[in-house]
Amino acid sequence: MSIRLEGSSLMEKQTKIAIQNFHFYYGTFMALKDLNLSIQSNQIFALLGPARSGKTTLLKSMNRLTDLIFGTSHTGQIFIDSQEIYGPGVSLPELRRRAGMVFDLPTALPLSIFENVAYGPRFKGLREKSRLEEIVEKSLQAAVLWDEVKDRLQNSALRLSGGQQQRLCIARVLALEPEVILLDEPCSGLDPISTASIEESLTRLKEIYTIVLVPHNIQQASRVADRVGFLLEGKMVEEGPAFEIFTRPKNKKTEDYISGKFG
Amino acid sequence: MKISRHHTQGLAKGVIWVAAFSTLAVMFWILYQVLREGLPLLNLGFFLQAPRQMGRAGGIFSTIIGTLALTVVAIIIATPLGVGTAIFLREYTRESRVSRIIRFGTDCLAGVPSIIFGLFGFVFFVIFLRMGWSILSGGLTLASMILPTIISTAEEAIKSVPYTYREVSFALGGTRWQTIRKVVLPNAIPGILTGVLLGVGRSVGETAAVILTAGSSFITPDSLFSPIRTMAVHFYILAREGISMEMAYATGAALILLILAINTVANWMMYRYVHKA
Repeated sequence: MSIRLEGSSLMEKQTKIAIQNFHFYYGTFMALKDLNLSIQSNQIFALLGPARSGKTTLLKSMNRLTDLIFGTSHTGQIFIDSQEIYGPGVSLPELRRRAGMVFDLPTALPLSIFENVAYGPRFKGLREKSRLEEIVEKSLQAAVLWDEVKDRLQNSALRLSGGQQQRLCIARVLALEPEVILLDEPCSGLDPISTASIEESLTRLKEIYTIVLVPHNIQQASRVADRVGFLLEGKMVEEGPAFEIFTRPKNKKTEDYISGKFG
Repeated sequence: MKISRHHTQGLAKGVIWVAAFSTLAVMFWILYQVLREGLPLLNLGFFLQAPRQMGRAGGIFSTIIGTLALTVVAIIIATPLGVGTAIFLREYTRESRVSRIIRFGTDCLAGVPSIIFGLFGFVFFVIFLRMGWSILSGGLTLASMILPTIISTAEEAIKSVPYTYREVSFALGGTRWQTIRKVVLPNAIPGILTGVLLGVGRSVGETAAVILTAGSSFITPDSLFSPIRTMAVHFYILAREGISMEMAYATGAALILLILAINTVANWMMYRYVHKA
């Protein structure tokens, strides 16, 4: 196994996430079917597909949040760098810090704004106040929220608007200092201006991180994605550079979806 | 005859109002009865003096101390056990044979009459473990009695914490215990406190099990191994043995005031806690 890996990483130096023959089941229902995919580092990979096609399942498989759901199982492998994330001896908290996730609904915890962002770093064992403040400020700035909340960091995060809460969730993940960011429709509750600022920050963030994004519409994918994968009923129908997928998709179903015939 | 929709609506409303008001009425009637007889006899001396002549004269100081000591011991033992069990059932196991057996066990325990707990406490703590009639024996007995209440209310409280909080916490690299400590328990506290309060109420009001395990001595206790008499037991003995009906009512009134005070303080704490976040 390791020999093959080294071989493949020689060929594609930049592969951050490698998914191989991956099947995922909820009970007996097969939600993901034989996925093979490699995601390059410092790119935005967009997962397209209609509702219930397995996008969220795939995202959550990448940091094993699916483990929380009873009765799930999988076959195949997912690697981040060269680590098999379903392999023995994998620390789940560590994996989830490496691959941070932003959910589709704003999910601020009932804590202060500061504590929401400091939540992950504290778990890492970070106690030093000045260092925490630094991380919180940096993360909130990267998520384009700092200017709106800098004077009320101790207020409850639940009093923020939906759009602000969603940016808070992004800041919270950035504070983990992850390598991969998994975003599940992060702009679903946002107005066009916040959406634009999130998209802008995503393109900046990919300098540092690898981003896997379930966009909330096709236009968003076309604006920010480097590569696009099209999922349908748990199968990867087509995958390639965004430009190619949007201009000359090879598969008829992809074409129909892109042009809005279904989905 | 067919009753119109309008009439059934009125009828339902009437029945519900009657139900709600009879509950209130019963409560006020009891309060009125006890306070009318008891309140005039209350004064500072009554609270601060030891009972004399079997309770015919003097105050109820030692029984207040006894009640508080016994309740505190019972709560201190039962709360960690109960909350721990609830956490185990909700966060560490899925619905399984083990969790069903534990839940069945607590349900059964909840249905056992208090006198049986008293008998068990007497045989096990008082005799077998040689603790004698004492605060400790009584406290342990009451703890096992209120345990089911604390478990089931704590379980409900933990269950009502939104799943997304846990998911977020795990997604941010929290371990199970960190998640429980930082998001589950803080949000379940008000509900858990409700269960603890119910437990306090039962401990304060219990008589049968207390007489069998903590005795009925009204000497002011000086250690966990001292026997005590609680206010409820005092009330019972005064009334049952015809010692003094007046003093019984006065004790009853004091008991009601005590419970009121405990509830007020707990509500205030809960309010403070909830509005802090």
